[in-house]
Formats: sequence, structure tokens, C-alpha cells
Amino acid sequence: MADHTDTPGAQAPGTAASAGHGPIDLRAEFRDSGISRVLEELDEELLGLRPVKQRIREIAALLLVEKLRRTRGLAAEPPTLHMSFTGNPGTGKTTVAMRMASILHSLGFVRKGHLVSVTRDDLVGQYIGHTAPKTKEVLKKAMGGVLFIDEAYYLYRPENERDYGQEAIEILLQVMENQREDLVVILAGYADRMDRFFTTNPGFRSRVAHHIDFPDYSDEELLQIGEIMLKKQNYRLTDEARAALARYIPARRGQSHFANARSIRNALDRARLRQANRLFEQSDRPVSDADLVEIHAPDILASRVFDQAREADGEVDHG
Amino acid sequence: MRLTQGTFSFLPDLTDDQIRRQVQYCIDNGWAVNIEFTDDPHPRNTYWEMWGLPMFDVRDAAGVMMELTECRKVHSGKYVRISAFDSTHGWESLRISFIVNRPENEPGFMLERQEIDGRQIRYTTRAYATDRPAGSRYD
Repeated sequence: MADHTDTPGAQAPGTAASAGHGPIDLRAEFRDSGISRVLEELDEELLGLRPVKQRIREIAALLLVEKLRRTRGLAAEPPTLHMSFTGNPGTGKTTVAMRMASILHSLGFVRKGHLVSVTRDDLVGQYIGHTAPKTKEVLKKAMGGVLFIDEAYYLYRPENERDYGQEAIEILLQVMENQREDLVVILAGYADRMDRFFTTNPGFRSRVAHHIDFPDYSDEELLQIGEIMLKKQNYRLTDEARAALARYIPARRGQSHFANARSIRNALDRARLRQANRLFEQSDRPVSDADLVEIHAPDILASRVFDQAREADGEVDHG
Repeated sequence: MRLTQGTFSFLPDLTDDQIRRQVQYCIDNGWAVNIEFTDDPHPRNTYWEMWGLPMFDVRDAAGVMMELTECRKVHSGKYVRISAFDSTHGWESLRISFIVNRPENEPGFMLERQEIDGRQIRYTTRAYATDRPAGSRYD
């Protein structure tokens, strides 16, 4: 409990500059930092998203070099790490943000590496004087970690000039600028609306260093994602069911409110519901282990999506 | 007279970095950190006013330091202390408390003697600061 007056040696410029000038083995540093493990996990757990992974690799490389520079007493001030993630719903923004938090943590750019995920409701108050304490409360919780603001553009409501969102934005900007070593902010949302948000709030644009765009998943990727989801829950698709799901995905994509992986998850949840009902109705014979695990084609084909797709096709034919 | 209350009170005032590390120690132990302030320095005054709520779910000392900076801005001429509450069963009490801000001039305490019952004397201490009404004691 004694007070610590000494600072860690790496941060004192005098000692750092004299701490060995030999060449650095970048590969070994990379291995030791533990990022490679985080990146591998990212590769395993998230399908596709090649441009995103590429950018994260680049950022990780930048951070590693920055860290090495710091040990040699070369870095001037902490790098700006605030990011913006743009992409359609269900493209893995939150999941990647969580990974980002652990990458930043393993490199020592945030001290704790936890992720605090908020939306407008958590930041903006309902009456005068309510917003600042609310925003600060969230910031306090996120200190030492990553603050993830989902659908950040809702903070700014141009149609209402007395909207309290502006106040939250100002506090956020201040902390993003002054406490860069304490907190990393990630803004997320649909690409077009984020663009508009950044043009109306130039303060944000200039403080966000990394813009990462999340592409939509292809049909094949979504099918694989679906299979991984089911595998995690100890379910299995029969071959016919797999074919049915492969037909389901493009049909679902054609309809409104398509949310990539999230839509697939919901579809599979409903398929599980139908499977349970099917098992219940065929009560003439005992249920085997395979019955409990397998999802059959009818479980998926019963989806309304197919009806609507057929209707749409029908209309086209008639018209 | 320099007020000595709580942990570290006989050491020179802690720097902000030292405070931050102590706070991080408290957080790492799972204690809820509080910021309190008062302008009544009497040692028996246990009821200091709280700056905001206890910080139960703060993970990093930077969050507490942000509040402390705010509190110092508003109550620069008062005593401010940080305390940490341990909610573990069996403890359920403060584990640490230390002063992090004090007024520039600390006038100290008066020892009052009250003569009672013939030659008996009762002693009591009274802070000079409390001669003046609350709010204008350290102006």
C-alpha cells in the first residue's frame, strides 16, 4: 500500500533511449504480443469480411510498431485510435469491436480492454441538465476500455435544434480529444447515414482516424455462418435442409429488413421452433438422438419467406 | 495546522498519478470508490457529502480521476477525500479513505476547557474554520 513514485521504466524517455539499440525481431515481437492469437480467433470465428480483417491487420501492425517506437523513446504522443465501423446490420460490427478491444488491450493501448456498448438512449437525457451526467457516467464506465456507440448518427438530430444530443456530442468530442490514452471510441452505423453524420459534425470526422467498411456477406458465406451457428447449438442440417437454406437466403435477401447474419440466426431460431413442434406431433414413435439434432427441409421450407417470394414471382409473371 | 485524517495522512500530499494508482488498487480489489467533500474538518465529522454516487462499475481509475477533477473544480477550497467501500460479506465497510484535496489555509483547532462541578475540566476541540457559516469557511 506504499505510494509508488517510480514510473515504469519504458515510459521514462531517458532510460528508454539508452535501453539497447540492437535490431528488433518484429516477428518475435508480434508473437509475444498475443495479437496473432486474437487475429487467428478473428479468422476462425468470422467468415468473409476480408477487407475488414485486412484493415485490422494493418492497424495491429501500426500499433505494434508504435509500441516498439515507444520503448525506444521515439513516439511523441499517443496515436489517435478512434474508429468508425460502417456497414449494414448483421455484418459483425459489434463482434469485431469486441475483438478490437482485446487487440488494443494486448498491445497496451487500452488498460482494461473491456467493451461498453451504448446507443443514443444511454447517452442523451430526457430533460435539461440530464444529458451531461448521463454521458459522463457512460464515459466513466468505458474508461480504460472501448466505448462502442451503435447507430451513432442518432446522436445528432438536425430537425430539432433543441435536441440534447448535441450536448452529448460535445462532451464526447472533448473526451475523445483530451483523454486519448484512456479511452477508444468506436462509432458504428449504416454507411450512408454515418457519412451524413460526419459531414454535419466535422469535429468527429477529424478525430476518427480509422474508417472501416463492413461489406455484406455473400449467400455462400451466410450459409456457412448458419451451419456454424447450428453446430454451436448442437444441431445439424440434413442435406435437403441445407439445400432449402441455400434457397432461403437469396429469397430473404430480396425482402425488406434483411440483416445478414442476424436474419439467418432468426430464421434458424424459427426452424428450431418448427422442429420441436414436428417432434411433438409425431408422438407415435419414440424420439431418437438423431431426431433431436437434425433439422429437416420442411422446418425451413415452412418459412413465410418462400410464400412471399413466390407471390412476388407470380406478380411479375402476371404483370 | 495540517489536517491528518485517514490513510497516508502523515505523508506529503499525493500527486495525481499516485492517487490514480491508489484508486486503481481499490478498483482491482473490487471496492466501490467514493468521492466526498466537506468544509467541517472536525475528526468526529464522519458525514462528509458525497460527490455523485459510489462508483460501483468503473473498471479503470481514469473514470474516478475525471470525477475528482470535476469535484476539485467545484470544491477547490474544501477537503476532498476518496474512500473505497468493500461490499464483501463480513466486511461491508470502508477499507480505505484518504484526503486528496485540502484548502490553502488550514487554521486548525481550538482546545476548549469547560469547568464543571468544582475543579473538574471537560475538554473539547473545535475547528476555527467552523466559526464561519458553511460555504464561506475557507474563502
